[in-house]
Amino acid sequence: MSPLRYILEKEFKQIFRNPAILKTIFILPVIQLIMLPMAADYEIKNINIAVVNNDHGSLSIELVQQITASNYFKLVSYTNGFNTAMESLESDKADLILEIPKDFEKRLFKEKETNLFLAVNAINGVKGSLGAAYLNNIIQTFNQSFRNKELVPGRFSEIPQIQISSSNWYNPKMNYRIFMVPGILVLLVTIVGMNLSSINIVREKEMGTIEQINVTPIQKFHFILGKLIPFWVIGLIVMSVGFIVAWVVYGIIPLGSYFTLYFFAAIYLLVILGIGLLISSYSENQQQAMLVTFFILMIFVLMGGLYTSIDSMPEWAKWFTKLNPISYFIEVMRMVVLKGSSIKDILPQILAMLGYSVVINIWAVLSYHKRS
Amino acid sequence: MNKTAILVENLSKQFGHFKAVDQISFEVAQGEIFGFLGANGAGKTTAMKMLCGLSMPTSGKATVAGFDVYTENESIKKSIGYMSQKFSLYEDLTVKENIKFYAGIYGISPKQIIQKTESLLRQLSLEKEANVLVGQLPLGWKQKLAFSVAIFHDPQIVFLDEPTGGVDPITRREFWNLIYEAAEKGITVFVTTHYMDEAEYCNRVSIMVDGKIEALDTPSNLKSNFNAASMDEVFIQLARKAKRSE
Repeated sequence: MSPLRYILEKEFKQIFRNPAILKTIFILPVIQLIMLPMAADYEIKNINIAVVNNDHGSLSIELVQQITASNYFKLVSYTNGFNTAMESLESDKADLILEIPKDFEKRLFKEKETNLFLAVNAINGVKGSLGAAYLNNIIQTFNQSFRNKELVPGRFSEIPQIQISSSNWYNPKMNYRIFMVPGILVLLVTIVGMNLSSINIVREKEMGTIEQINVTPIQKFHFILGKLIPFWVIGLIVMSVGFIVAWVVYGIIPLGSYFTLYFFAAIYLLVILGIGLLISSYSENQQQAMLVTFFILMIFVLMGGLYTSIDSMPEWAKWFTKLNPISYFIEVMRMVVLKGSSIKDILPQILAMLGYSVVINIWAVLSYHKRS
Repeated sequence: MNKTAILVENLSKQFGHFKAVDQISFEVAQGEIFGFLGANGAGKTTAMKMLCGLSMPTSGKATVAGFDVYTENESIKKSIGYMSQKFSLYEDLTVKENIKFYAGIYGISPKQIIQKTESLLRQLSLEKEANVLVGQLPLGWKQKLAFSVAIFHDPQIVFLDEPTGGVDPITRREFWNLIYEAAEKGITVFVTTHYMDEAEYCNRVSIMVDGKIEALDTPSNLKSNFNAASMDEVFIQLARKAKRSE
């Protein structure tokens, strides 16, 4: 009988005797998948707006009402002096100032045009610029309805207008959870897999048991495989727990098949675990392994395409994401879950991960020396 | 003289400028109990690790069980057992599971593992503790178990690195009974120790000082050569010359 069987038996027993690992497998995914998608959301709400109204006409009041009626803005001050509004911007109470000029209504009727002034607090750049964009949108709509109402249709139709109407494919309601949950699931599988595998070999070094192993005729290949397979199984279990949560809590069922997802995950995990084992075999102790893993995961996660868009990265960073396994799985996960892609569609990603896993795991086997 | 189990000629290990082991030579016969003494930092463990295939020698020649340490280190591993200074069974596995794991790695058949495990547990009177996690056993029991696991696959040679460190005198006595039993079965025992009474139990003893072997003979010859009443005195006379410390 192959020694591998005995190694696997030993590893599984050790893993399932460790209560911390069991918690990591079952409780962590549930909490993270429920908490993160609810909280980590791209949508910007609660933008604080200060309005300076120097006009006080019915039209200006209607505009302010339309702004506050949207869910995005919170009116924090409504004054007729710019200085008071500026104070609230400076004290970070307001993110935006909208100034409605004097004679706003009069000029609009008489001169057919008028100006609005918008000041943006760019300290929180995302909030500021998105807020400005939302506000622009509201003003445009307001403008449009005003024209339709007040202007004579015949005269107006001389100016051609382009109307853009968009429909959101694959995620028609632009639901952020459908977008986030599969991505967070990828992160979970990755974090759990890499963390567990990276502290494993080094733990044997710390306990001194690795020396006893090294003095046996065990084959390096068997040893690494014995470490890899249990975490591979755990990774797939974590993913399954995640799919159950995604279905029960968010009602997310992949458009594509689960088989495609598991097929990809099976190869993907070899890459992640290989990196973990590599870290482990180069580290002297568990702290070192954990720090290095944390550092690598941090970069992988932040540049993986979930929290930042890869398409808007500079060229060198795009090139770097080609080395980031997370970016492949997030892409595949979205393609399969949202678009229903099949194995044929994700073939480039599969081949990339296959190559990656071969290189990393050969490296891991070579980096493990039985003799110093 | 019996067959040679270990043959060492001018074996050295250098770490940078530091000569941990400096051209040592000796021969150990099959079935012998060979004591490998020396103060802390004298180079005993390094020498032993080279013989076990855990550490690559810098220069010199050595064969263990007829295999060359440079090229045939994986073959050596099939013929030896090893028990390190640091307790190295898995504390989160039971007595039985540890035995099964190591026996399995050495390729012993499942049927044989079951049979031999039973007789081993009986011999160590650990039948009741068979399913107890090793971490919960007292140190003396752990050491005896570690030794039994090291010779479970009937190796030609067993290397013991301070096997009785921190163990009470009664357990040490029991431990040496196990060593004698192993030697009677024909297993060569290569043992390092700091206890001079244990040195007396060895067939031959070598004493290392600063990476070199300063004396090598039977305990009685050593005592008469050094005009000493005990091995303790022999050791102190030699170890005092040491220039380096840990």
